[in-house]
Amino acid sequence: MQTDWIWGLVGGGLIGTAAAIFLLINGRIMGASGIIGGLVDGSGRDSSAERIALLAGLVGVPALLALIMGGAATHLTSNIWVIIAGGLLVGLGTRIANGCTSGHGVCGISRLSLRGIVATVFYIGAGGLTVVIFKHILGVI
Amino acid sequence: MRSLYAFLVGGLFGAGLLLSGMTDTRKVQGWLDLFGDWDPTLAFVMGGAIIPMAIAWRFVPGRAPLLGGAFPAPPAPEVGRKLVLGSVLFGAGWGLAGLCPGPAVASLGFGGWGGLIFLAAMLAGMIAAPSVRNRLDAEPLAS
Repeated sequence: MQTDWIWGLVGGGLIGTAAAIFLLINGRIMGASGIIGGLVDGSGRDSSAERIALLAGLVGVPALLALIMGGAATHLTSNIWVIIAGGLLVGLGTRIANGCTSGHGVCGISRLSLRGIVATVFYIGAGGLTVVIFKHILGVI
Repeated sequence: MRSLYAFLVGGLFGAGLLLSGMTDTRKVQGWLDLFGDWDPTLAFVMGGAIIPMAIAWRFVPGRAPLLGGAFPAPPAPEVGRKLVLGSVLFGAGWGLAGLCPGPAVASLGFGGWGGLIFLAAMLAGMIAAPSVRNRLDAEPLAS
């Protein structure tokens, strides 16, 4: 749709504002994989209340908005093996690389971190290659 | 107090992901699909998010967070194979399913069973990651 890019900018602005508040007030990096990963592998035990509160907002507010807007769809594939493989790779990869789209992408690039820029180039490159192979060559997704 | 702000941050983050369309896997895979019907939305989302955050970083030097403590240390300049290998694995999973960790959580309220299965698999990957990291660290050819 023609208005998609405007919603992209508006939504992106909200994401960046959220990250800015978390940095300037709480002194933390708003990286989704780090916040979740620190809870599941025990490395973030000292800040677990803060992590759980953030995740509660992250689940609750979009759920409420989707309800108000009359529904939202993820259009996730129904192929369970693709879902499982995708989830495993995302979980493993983000914790090996120590960041994902929000941590390396938004928080890293905005401070011109070399690590953030390199990570973003590699995950977008690998994502693009995966779509080419699995969609256009194999026809799985 | 920390948790209250964290809740607000999570809510804003989630609202931004939903409104920008990033909880829709078709838009994400559309961005990655350079040889199909390419969708540029994700670039606008990234740009829109980087601007407020770039301004926020300018307030950091010489100051402390409002709720006390210290700001995160400057990033290490080191670009090792954990960063590259991890990002490649992440990108492959992102391309396959069209979800990264933030949207995977933000879409739980409306993502159905598929979303829950993705989240479970993602958490399993996260639990397995420290042992893989350790093995990469122990390997003598480490960069």
